[in-house]
Amino acid sequence: MTVTTLLEVDRVASFYGDFQALFDVSLRVTEGETVAVIGANGAGKSTLLRTVAGLQGRATGTVRFDGRPLDGIPTYRRLGLGIAMVPEGRRIFPSLTVEENLKVGAVRGRSGRWTVATVLELFPALADKRDRPGAWLSGGEQQMLAIGRALMANPRLLLLDEVSLGLAPPVIRRIYDTLPEITAAGATVVVVEQDIGQALAGADRVYCLLEGRVALSAPAAELTRERITEAYFGLGGSRGPAR
Amino acid sequence: MTWVNVVVQGLLLGGLYALFATGLSLMFGVMRLVNLAHGDLSIVAAFVALAIVDRFHVNPLWTLLVVVPLMLGLGYLLQRGLLNFALRGADPLPPVLVTFGLAIILQNLLLEVFSADSQGLDAGRLENASIRVSDRLAVGWFPLLTLVTAVGVLVGLQLMLSRTRLGRSFRATSDDPEAASLVGLDPRHVFAMATAIALATVAVAGLFLGVRTTFTPSIGPTRLIFAFEAVIIGGLGSIWGTLAGGLVLGVAQTLGAQLSPGWGVLAGHLVFLAVLAFRPTGLLGREVPA
Repeated sequence: MTVTTLLEVDRVASFYGDFQALFDVSLRVTEGETVAVIGANGAGKSTLLRTVAGLQGRATGTVRFDGRPLDGIPTYRRLGLGIAMVPEGRRIFPSLTVEENLKVGAVRGRSGRWTVATVLELFPALADKRDRPGAWLSGGEQQMLAIGRALMANPRLLLLDEVSLGLAPPVIRRIYDTLPEITAAGATVVVVEQDIGQALAGADRVYCLLEGRVALSAPAAELTRERITEAYFGLGGSRGPAR
Repeated sequence: MTWVNVVVQGLLLGGLYALFATGLSLMFGVMRLVNLAHGDLSIVAAFVALAIVDRFHVNPLWTLLVVVPLMLGLGYLLQRGLLNFALRGADPLPPVLVTFGLAIILQNLLLEVFSADSQGLDAGRLENASIRVSDRLAVGWFPLLTLVTAVGVLVGLQLMLSRTRLGRSFRATSDDPEAASLVGLDPRHVFAMATAIALATVAVAGLFLGVRTTFTPSIGPTRLIFAFEAVIIGGLGSIWGTLAGGLVLGVAQTLGAQLSPGWGVLAGHLVFLAVLAFRPTGLLGREVPA
């Protein structure tokens, strides 16, 4: 089995105006695996995903996708390369119907397994609402639609930002239960979560961010609750910044 | 019967206003850009048509074949080369200042090239021909053609927005430009397509105005105000509202003018103010544009 590095984030720093959100963050995702990025609120998880998607204005360092540097490639072209993102807050198009939201996701994408029909099979809750405006959906349904919209591009890399935010546990479980099918269809998945338990359940590898730096990275199987808690809150003192 | 006639003439006039309001409504709907050069761009189209008519002695309606594609292209370039830069950031002021400046530049360019003389486009017999419905009611062919064209343009626009891939990309980008870029849409290109189509409708409006009445390089802002009023009366972001707004404004103006010749424009302004005061979303406006 050949192992391809699909995504390589190399010493990336990222800024909001004068505020620096990421310091020297490096991360590597091999094709086919599922990686979870965890961390407290404000640790820089979303910024990291936005940088990979090309939404972050000012960033230094290099992001490589399938060996190719993404410098200067705008967000809408990255989708064509195979990078799709489900943004925090879902951001579906409220005035478009469910079906239109899905169709708009396929405009620039690659062809593959995911079509309107197969996405609706994956999320049956959406099937009988296909003609309703996105604005009329519940939070969970909007999240399913946001994931479905991203899948329509048949991405090689799927970035999921805070999927569980504001949703009831059974709904979260239902959404996470679809991940194996999504990865089986050929997508490499990077999940950003505040909820550690959820993130660990399906992940092969875990990165923990603390105040804009990588505080821990390890295969999920080797991690104990204690090590994660230390990294998450910066209690270890050895890798996190001094407090 | 006089009053029936007044209302009918008002509806026909309203067709022209709806035509003017279409492009303004589309640009605001897709990118929240208030184009203050809207009226002046329509006058540019009228003068271009005039130049073609002077040179080739054709019926001005034929010049649509040249002027519409020309304005379509101009719209795309204007958005890509200028207006997109004004839309960066959340500040609403730059687009207003830039289009205001553009309006002044266009007026002065027209003045320089065509002088301040009043001009008209001569459509020949079509201009005065009418259908006699009864002794006191006659419907002019040209105003009727204007209204039918306005309805046709708005129906076409509505179908484009609701049925086509381009229409979906307009609505998606209008909802959330950043999310649109995540699904592979380039907002700069989508905006430019919207402005191109908006200016194509502006070209039609300018040409019909030029046939209906005389024009000078400086009347653009007046057309802008009527278009604005039509959009606000009808409701922002609603295609049918734009048609309704144009018709209401036209009827208000002819009714006002019937009461006293000086009250026409004033009556239109009063209806506009009343709508702003009592129904700020407009007659058919919605919170979420569909």
